[in-house]
Amino acid sequence: MVGSIGNFVVTRVRGLGDYALFVAQSVASALATRRLPSRIARAIYEQGFRCMPVILIVGLFTGLVLGLQGYHVLNRFGSEGLLGALVSLSLVREMAPVLAAIMLVGQAGSALAAELGIQRNSEQIAALETMGVSSHGYLVAPRLIASLVSYPMQTALFVVVGLWGGSLSGSLLLGVDPGVYWSSVERAVKEADVRECFIKALTFGLLTISICAYQGFHAHRVRGSTGARAVSAATTKAVVLSCIAVLAADYVITSFLV
Amino acid sequence: MSATTTTTQASRHGSAPSGAPILHVEDLHKSFGPRTVLRGVGFSVARGSVFTVLGPSGAGKSVLLKCLANIEEPDTGKISFDGRVMDFRRKDARAEFHRRCSFLFQGNALFDSLTALENVALPLEQTTALSRSEIRKRSLDALKQLELEDHEDHYPSMLSGGMQKRLALARAIVTRPEMVFFDEPTAGLDPLRRNAVFAMIAKYQKVFGFTALIVTHDVPEALEASSVVALLYQGGICFCGTPAEFSASDHPVVASFRDSSDALRATLAAVRRGEEVISDEEP
Repeated sequence: MVGSIGNFVVTRVRGLGDYALFVAQSVASALATRRLPSRIARAIYEQGFRCMPVILIVGLFTGLVLGLQGYHVLNRFGSEGLLGALVSLSLVREMAPVLAAIMLVGQAGSALAAELGIQRNSEQIAALETMGVSSHGYLVAPRLIASLVSYPMQTALFVVVGLWGGSLSGSLLLGVDPGVYWSSVERAVKEADVRECFIKALTFGLLTISICAYQGFHAHRVRGSTGARAVSAATTKAVVLSCIAVLAADYVITSFLV
Repeated sequence: MSATTTTTQASRHGSAPSGAPILHVEDLHKSFGPRTVLRGVGFSVARGSVFTVLGPSGAGKSVLLKCLANIEEPDTGKISFDGRVMDFRRKDARAEFHRRCSFLFQGNALFDSLTALENVALPLEQTTALSRSEIRKRSLDALKQLELEDHEDHYPSMLSGGMQKRLALARAIVTRPEMVFFDEPTAGLDPLRRNAVFAMIAKYQKVFGFTALIVTHDVPEALEASSVVALLYQGGICFCGTPAEFSASDHPVVASFRDSSDALRATLAAVRRGEEVISDEEP
């Protein structure tokens, strides 16, 4: 019993160390990678532009629901005028960074894990190494750097669309004055809230992309599976671990910044 | 088989390659958990030669090649390249080795999201400071030399198996390496394509002058195309010599490997005669 607990702990600690080394190696090898800007631009396109529809849709519906729920709760206390504050603070502080990150994990993160897993299986990663090209620098570093750009931008977009969704349900459908709604938004959101939002977006971006890249890159190490099954297992693990990491990091960051 | 035995046997066959060896391997061991794959492998490869490692499936040929190309790390042993013992833990040694050697994978390992031209240009883009126009020129030259100039914009999935093999070779030679490692270049190909691949290796080896180290289990083709053949059996080199010496060898493992088609012919004749056939080995 004690032995198996010990084994479990040692395996997890070793895994964390391996993950930390992977991230450090990727960041360090970025400096030696040639034509990095073009690869970063491509990664921003994949993680940012291609994920825009899902961010727009989820952001809009989140805003709509917040407006709807918020109106009925505030209506009980006769405080419908605070609807803008409720929607904006919920979005900026929590919902936009967390939901945008989870959506991006589902779209860009899973695709990254699967792509790297297939590249590992078909020896493309080994081929890079035999050419003297750092696979960390060529495949992982651009994605990590791109996440620092694309995640905050997607989160900001999520906030804007969400606020507009809240206004749509609150003002257009439920009759809150649009001027009251938007002035409430303006008064409620402070610089610290926006800073918290971007700190979370940056952290979640780095965390999720590095976890997904790590899982895909090491798809050949998946126990009990090989080939396509190993890629599938690595992708599933990447998505699950990324979502857990986002929620756990959200709690830690909030507890420091609140 | 130990390295000493290997060297002794190679000398007895008079197969010591002329000139200084470009690659010298000594007492290489590799295990995966409890399974030992390589047990003291040793041989030398002469510069400009075509050196083929033969062996049955599962003998450890691909593992040997991956150890030599620094894809796998051997447990013990010494690999010398151009007279210098390689310490792959050193970044500069790794970089120099990869600059001077290329590797052609069994499954080609082409980048499926890149076009033929981008695949060939990749090693130049990432490892040299050449200008974009120079990279494009050299990549197009390599494609032309491999008769793929009409397919520069095609993705690997749009090319036939033979073309993919040539594209992989174009990518391997575009950096003008001194040595190219070929991992089972004819695996899964029909006899005509096998011949074509060996002819391609022989042709381009002559054109570009690189040293080729091939692992395969295609005996007749290897004997035709190679300067030296070695036989890997149960993790050790049990024969190393010229194709003529291989054909004349009375070494039991060499004989059984070389004459496998004769054995099959005899077995089939016995089956046709209605005789009971006892197989030595399960397939």
